[in-house]
Amino acid sequence: MKQFIIFVQKEFFHIFRDRKSLLIIILMPIVQIILFGFALTNEIKDSNIVILDNSKDVATTEIIQRLEASRYFNVARYLHIEGDLETAFKTGTIRLAIVFQPGFRESLLHSNHAQVQLIADATDPNTATTVTNYASNIIRDYQTDLNNLVQTPYMITPQLRMLYNPQLKGAYNFVPGVMAMILILISAMMTSVAIVREKEINTMEVLLVSPLKPLLFILSKAIPYMFLSLVNVSTILIVSVTLLEVPINGSLALLMAEALLFIAAAVSLGLMISNVTDSQQTALMLSLMGLLLPTLLLGGFMFPIESMPWPLRIASNLVPSKWFFIIIKNVMIKGLGFTMVWKETLVLFTMAVFFLGISLSKFKIRLA
Amino acid sequence: MSETVISADKLTKKFGDFIATNEISFEVKKGEIFGFLGANGAGKTTAIRMFCGLLLPSSGAATVAGFDVYRQTEKIKQNIGYMSQKFSLYEDLTVKENIRFYAGIYGMNRQSIKEKTVGLLKQLNLASEPNTLVKSLPLGWKQKLAFSVAIFHEPKVVFLDEPTGGVDPITRREFWNLIYQAAERGITIFVTTHYMDEAEYCNRVSIMVDGKIEALDTPRNLKKIFTAASMDEVFLQFARGAKRGE
Repeated sequence: MKQFIIFVQKEFFHIFRDRKSLLIIILMPIVQIILFGFALTNEIKDSNIVILDNSKDVATTEIIQRLEASRYFNVARYLHIEGDLETAFKTGTIRLAIVFQPGFRESLLHSNHAQVQLIADATDPNTATTVTNYASNIIRDYQTDLNNLVQTPYMITPQLRMLYNPQLKGAYNFVPGVMAMILILISAMMTSVAIVREKEINTMEVLLVSPLKPLLFILSKAIPYMFLSLVNVSTILIVSVTLLEVPINGSLALLMAEALLFIAAAVSLGLMISNVTDSQQTALMLSLMGLLLPTLLLGGFMFPIESMPWPLRIASNLVPSKWFFIIIKNVMIKGLGFTMVWKETLVLFTMAVFFLGISLSKFKIRLA
Repeated sequence: MSETVISADKLTKKFGDFIATNEISFEVKKGEIFGFLGANGAGKTTAIRMFCGLLLPSSGAATVAGFDVYRQTEKIKQNIGYMSQKFSLYEDLTVKENIRFYAGIYGMNRQSIKEKTVGLLKQLNLASEPNTLVKSLPLGWKQKLAFSVAIFHEPKVVFLDEPTGGVDPITRREFWNLIYQAAERGITIFVTTHYMDEAEYCNRVSIMVDGKIEALDTPRNLKKIFTAASMDEVFLQFARGAKRGE
């Protein structure tokens, strides 16, 4: 036990002496949350649009006003002839063109039917879909308001409710995502680098010759980074709740316990990496390519796993972050209890035990 | 005669077809300074690693401090100190922290660490630098400190693998004074080197060529047998016959 305390203390000396790395570890989650929260949002605001109004009546003017009043659109120009549409899109700054048919209001009043054409720049398909949806909704709103004046006999009005995230905030999705990413990065990468460093500076040889037990060595390496990771989880939660107004609907204790489990899995992965490499650089590259990349691509918070081809869907099951992401979303956002996430927890637990088992059995007491 | 601390009997290590150490046999007594000479690649480091429990021998027998190198490596580890050819203190820890860490790993208690540290720092002329980071010490001081740390827990044997590489003759002399002091306290010294002036300081030396021990005696006897003026000349006679080089 005394050995253990002394070793852990030494690890903390290393961490605190290296001010730059420490600062990065502490600040990285905050910067990432803020970056995702304010810069990289899924909402598309202030899209530039052009309007070709062939009718110029009360109805079209009303619709244009509503479009402009919303925070989604910004009317860049009014066109006069069809041929200008092409050139407008070619400048690249226009996301959407809205074309009203001639005699729009007349047609609407007399034949109960009028046409408006939405033309979107679909070089970025997701943006195109989102932007046309926004516009369609605004036009539909106008139509509903008209209908209030004229009684129509049959009408179905779908009432939409966005559960758990009524404002459709991206933060609800990426806060758990960033958490998974940061924890993988800090726990796995830092642990592997810390161990490989001992090999690089030859202190490993002296430690192997000493009576220190391998398990003690591994635990002493892991615990300081587990502690730092918990600090990170706390800062991420604090920043999310205060700055991004993401609530913690479930039990905080459960959340922390799940985070600890994930950290344990990540640390075990870091140990595995340190077993197979002798240089800090390789350890770093392996952590980035082998852990961070799968977390980003297959973790489920950047790209929806459901729409991936089946080999990738299966592969994603091997990524611990995927399970952690599901757990955190369920607990934090939906407020579910342990009974609803026990399966995912079990998967994560099995992974942690499996990785730890491998790295412990592979840990070399001898040099060859 | 005093007790035997290290014994090797036809100790052999093979890496595939390559025989790194080939049936080496010798005994080292308590408090002896045993020089283990040989050119690069002769198999010195391999031998040391087998004694320290870092490598399992392929065949032969050996004991260190009375414990078997096959089955009692944990016991061996309790009783030895080790300093490798590459420097092995933590550069980003202070002098005091390094001492405390290594002493703690060997299970020494806080009080005795504290008391011994004071004496050690005085001996090394580091009394005013306990809180200096090791990386800002000159190389010679680092090596003296590393040696002192290796014997801080009073092991029965200390293995030194080319401990004085890259330092000037004066510092090397000082380093050897530390070795003598340790030997006087009864610590057995097992040291590899390729500085032949250092070989003269040893009680007995063995000369290893291509994995085999070709000569083993006191420096004085070796010089007599090979009619040489210095250990350097003795060594050169063997080195010319070596097939493995750098």
